[in-house]
Parts: sequence; structure tokens; C-alpha cells
Amino acid sequence: MEILSFGFMQRAFLAVLMVGLLCSTLSFFVVLNRLSFMGAGLSHAVLGGMAIGVLLGINPLYTGGAFAVIIALLIGYISKYGRLQEDTVIGIFFASGMALGIVLISFKDGYYPELFSLLFGNVLAVAVSDLWFLAVVMIFVILFIFIFFKELLTISFDEELARANGLPVTLLYMGLLTSLALTVVVSVLVVGVVLAAALLVIPAAAGFKLSNNYRIMMLLAIVVGIVSGLGGLVLSYNYDVPSGATIVLCASVIFFLSLFRAFLGKLFSENILLGGRKKTRKNF
Amino acid sequence: MVGIIGPNGAGKTTLLRIFLGLLKPGSGYVHLFGRTPETLGQEREKVGYMPQRSVHKQNFPVSTLDVVLMGLVTSAGLGRGFSRKQHEKARQSLDKVGLLELQEKPFSILSGGQQQRVFLARAIAKEPRLLLLDEPNAGLDLPAQGRFFNLLAELQETQGLTVVMVSHDLTVISRYAHKLICINRTMHIHGSPSEVLNSPHLEEAYRCEYDVLFGSKARGQA
Repeated sequence: MEILSFGFMQRAFLAVLMVGLLCSTLSFFVVLNRLSFMGAGLSHAVLGGMAIGVLLGINPLYTGGAFAVIIALLIGYISKYGRLQEDTVIGIFFASGMALGIVLISFKDGYYPELFSLLFGNVLAVAVSDLWFLAVVMIFVILFIFIFFKELLTISFDEELARANGLPVTLLYMGLLTSLALTVVVSVLVVGVVLAAALLVIPAAAGFKLSNNYRIMMLLAIVVGIVSGLGGLVLSYNYDVPSGATIVLCASVIFFLSLFRAFLGKLFSENILLGGRKKTRKNF
Repeated sequence: MVGIIGPNGAGKTTLLRIFLGLLKPGSGYVHLFGRTPETLGQEREKVGYMPQRSVHKQNFPVSTLDVVLMGLVTSAGLGRGFSRKQHEKARQSLDKVGLLELQEKPFSILSGGQQQRVFLARAIAKEPRLLLLDEPNAGLDLPAQGRFFNLLAELQETQGLTVVMVSHDLTVISRYAHKLICINRTMHIHGSPSEVLNSPHLEEAYRCEYDVLFGSKARGQA
């Protein structure tokens, strides 16, 4: 436990724990609503917002957070009313937000380390104020999901019925996008702009492979998120490798194990080897 | 039971969506239970809806009972969990369509016909007085269609439901509906099935020759 004797490691653990919990909870709806490209787009676009903070000397989390929420709602709005497909709109913001970030940061002298830690995360440099921001975002997002869980699930499954039953679908969807935007920003702390999307997809994807009951899927996602976060952090400390990438690799390994486990389960339950009935899951 | 028929693009689904307040009519107005769809408020609970089969997500990790429970997720209970009473209602409704024993089964492994019955259970879970069905027979083979419509007729009798059903399949719907309305952008004919199917205006609505006995041409068109 000597690893926890350093203040920066304590902060890193707390950050990883909170980001792991937050990302995996949200990843449930990212996977069910096919929002993974949205997550990737937002996490890259957010560089523009964070660069504004770096230039102005404000905590990049604050500017990045505001920027991400605006971009997320813009994407939602344009794809709803602007007669463009959502992925097209995301594709535009994905690159232009990032380009804005790179140009803005280049105005700052000695910008390279700054850019590097935004791109790949630097969880060992997390400050106490960052942790507070993270805690507030976590409470907001988890409360939102907890309170409106059955509505969000219904909308994810069948939006048409949800509208017919009078649910405020657009409002709830915008709430989900706002949650996603804020989560993306805080996960940049841990794994950086380039890798943030992974944490928003892999935990629930692993859960989805292992269970067709959403309660178990959610639980598994949270376990995957936290285990890979903490595991990755410890491994990166022991082997002196970048923490963000190690965390993502841990999550990926767990995902491939879950694929393997799901494959084995199929093998035994349906006797593919013995020429038994083969049931293919339709892509979703 | 009222059947709404018409060729593709005639506006059948649009009409249902206007009933539900999901779309605003370009002109004219709609009244349900004496109110417009936007101001239905609590009366919305009296309207059950079964959307076209293609709109829900495939392979969704929910049980059969969960799907029926979703029919009870309305603006009234926003932000609250399901009550024991709602679970009970969902189970009763699943029982009515004869699938109670599948309540714990993952929805994604059910057959198409079973899934349609579950969607019917979902639509009637809140005990509506008006039931709107959009192409409920799409993708079902003939025996499954027969079972579905018999179930529907039975429910209609026992629950005192008004059923409005959209379909492009004239032959099936005319066997079960008491009234048919044929639309193609505008209403062409309405009346009992025999009146509608024998009307010279039917051809005009479908813009092709339609042989009621064989039904092949219209189905090709629709």
C-alpha cells in the first residue's frame, strides 16, 4: 500500500474511481443508444474548449465542460432540425473542435507538454479542484440517470412509444447528451482526449456480451469500469507506463475476455461443436 | 374495430401519429375524448398505441415483462420507480395475451409472433379505451396473423376497447374489421368492409385495378 503514501497517487486513485464509476454507468446508455460515435466526437471536440481555458489561465475543465455541453446540444439540435444525419454533424464537430484546440494551444509558449497531457491524460497531475469538479459532475449525472432510469430505458428501446405516452423525450435526450458531454470532459483528466471514448463504450459493451438482462449488464459495466481503472493505475505505477493508455488496455482485455466467455457460453449451451442448433444474435 | 387501409405513402401512419399528437395536422383538427391530442393530459392514459414493428431496437437486454412494463412509463409517473401495482398490471396484461410463462425470458429470443403479442400486452397494460395499432400483422405468417386477430377480437369484447388499426393488407383486415376507411392523402371511402371493397372508388384510391378475391395486385402496389 506504499503506492497510496503519495498525495498525488491518492488523488489519482480517487479520480480513477470516480471516472470509472461515472463512465461505466453512462456507457450503459451510450451502448444502448448507439452513442459511441457521439462520445468519440465530443471527447475530441472538447480539446477546443479546454485550450481556451489553458490560454486564459482558467481550469480547462470548466471551459471544456461548457464547450462540450454546447457542442453536444448543437449536435442534437442540428441533427434534429437541420436535415443532416447525426453522424455527419458529429464528424464535422469532431475535427473542427480538435483543430481549434491545436491552433489555440500553439499560441502558448512551450505548449507541447500541455497539449500532450490533454491528448493522453495525466491522472498523476490531478488537482484537488479537479476532484471537486469531478465529484459534482458525478453526482449530477448519476442522479439524473437514477431518477429517470425507466424513462431513459423506455426511450432507448422504443422512442415512438415513449413519445406517444407523453414522455418529454427531447428534454430527456438533451439531458443525456449533457451528461455525456460533462462525463467526456472529466474522463479527459484520466485518459485524455484521444482515449476518453473508450471508457464510454467498453464497460457496457463487455456487460452486454455477458448478459441480456439490463440490470446485470449495468452492474457488470460498473465492475469493468472500476476494475480496469484501478487495475490500470496500479499496473502503470508498477511498470512505469502511461496510466491512461494502460487503463484503456485493461478495459479492452476485459472486453475480449467477455467476448471469449460469451463465445464459450454459446458453445456449451448450444453445442455448436456437436452440430446443434445455432442461434445468431442479430446485430443491434 | 376500425380498419384504416390505403396504399404506401397514403398517410395511414401519419394519421395515427396525428391522433397521438406526435404530428400536427397541416389543416383541420382531431379530437380524442373531447380534447385535442396536445391537451389530452390525463386522458392520454386512455390511449394505447402499438407502433410499427420496425421501430424498436433489436437485441435489447430486457425481459418480456420489462417490455410490458414500458407501456406503463408515462408522463404521470415521471422520475418514480415502478409500483407493485404496476408490476401486477403488467403481469395481468401479459396473461391476457397468453404469454405470462415467458415473463422472465429475454425479449430478444421470442419469435416474431410472440413479440407482437408482447407489444399488444404493452399497449393494453395501462387499460386504454382506445387502441391504435400500426400494421400489427406485418411480418407475421398467416396462422400467427389469425391468432393475433382472434386475440384482438377477444380483448375488444372483454375490455370494451375501441380498436383502430392501420394495414395495407386488405384481405386480412377486411375479415376482422367492422368498418373500413380507405385513405390516400384524403379519405376516399368509409363504411362496412363489404361496402368499401365493392366500391368503385377503391380502385381510384389505390390507383390500380384491385381484385378483392385474389388481392394480388393491390398487395404488389402497397
